[in-house]
Amino acid sequence: MIFWKLFYTFCKIGIFNFGGGYAMLALIQNEVVEKNGWMTSAEFTDIVATSQITPGPIGINVATYAGYTAVINAGYDPAFAVFGAFLSSFSVILLPFIAMLLVGRYLMSHKDNPIVKTVLTYLKLAVIGLIAASALLLVSPETFGTFSANPLQFCLSIALFAAAFFASLKWKTSPILLILLAGVVGFVVYYLI
Amino acid sequence: MASIGQLFWSFFKIGTFTIGGGYAMIPLMEKELVDRHRWLTEEEFMEILALSQTMPGIFAANMATHVGWRLRGILGAVVSVIGNILMPILIILALAMGLRYVQGNPVVEAIFKGVRPVVVALIAAPVFRMAKTAHITRYNFWIPVLAALLIWLLGVSPIWVILVTGIGGFLYGKFVEGKEATS
Repeated sequence: MIFWKLFYTFCKIGIFNFGGGYAMLALIQNEVVEKNGWMTSAEFTDIVATSQITPGPIGINVATYAGYTAVINAGYDPAFAVFGAFLSSFSVILLPFIAMLLVGRYLMSHKDNPIVKTVLTYLKLAVIGLIAASALLLVSPETFGTFSANPLQFCLSIALFAAAFFASLKWKTSPILLILLAGVVGFVVYYLI
Repeated sequence: MASIGQLFWSFFKIGTFTIGGGYAMIPLMEKELVDRHRWLTEEEFMEILALSQTMPGIFAANMATHVGWRLRGILGAVVSVIGNILMPILIILALAMGLRYVQGNPVVEAIFKGVRPVVVALIAAPVFRMAKTAHITRYNFWIPVLAALLIWLLGVSPIWVILVTGIGGFLYGKFVEGKEATS
């Protein structure tokens, strides 16, 4: 049953997310694209882009979209899909919400506990690996095109990737600006020319 | 004292008017909660910020949960979280419905063709930013590398990686570092 699966999957994604929105993308990608096939890599990338230029946490944005798409793709009416979207967003915050209420205050008074600190140090290291894997998995023909099918698209994709990567690291250019610029480039090169 | 309505409205504004993820909300949260309403002192705000980053889940929702709970109990927590995520959900929902009608549209497809490689770059960049602040040494660099390879090449679930790292970190902290501290 799709609704139970959405609930269970997004509960898992919520409670195992340490380390911010990009870490959550790695979890969502694994569950939603690789395991359950609720959307393709290209769709996933498109919704990440969309969520960067719309309000709200990335995790909520992607959960909402994934819930809607998964229910539609399972053959239900859009009304059920709207329910699926709310259900997924609700699920992703449910367990952290309970955890915040139960142990939030305790953790606040024990934030200098050395064991807590050690666990967080190692989790932070693992999260770097998680995000790296997420990026590596997205380097695919769906996002970059292929050299044999369309050399222009492939080379432009590499150039756009390199430029955005450099600008983001070196000048901390806003993701919103980078996405909007890349959209303009895409529109001009692939549609107008 | 904060009323339930005020809490909802404050978090609704915070959720609606910040673009670019949870961390982009911090300045507006500070303005609303500390400067404008004086519900929290600057120090309390920073403490809750650190707690929300430490706890699992979505940072902005964790913030809303704790602040709402602190000011108006469980109901306050529920109302604050709902206020915070309501507008983002509605906007994405509208887009998800709309995108189905423009799927295959050559203009939309052309725009996304340009955007996709940039999204990959935006996910790759924090890897290097975080690596700088995570104190990677030659003794622990294998942890991120192994985690990435397991997920990327072997298809291991990131959840297992988090679980094993968390337990490993706990055992190491308790038995290895704990012993060093007492001896």
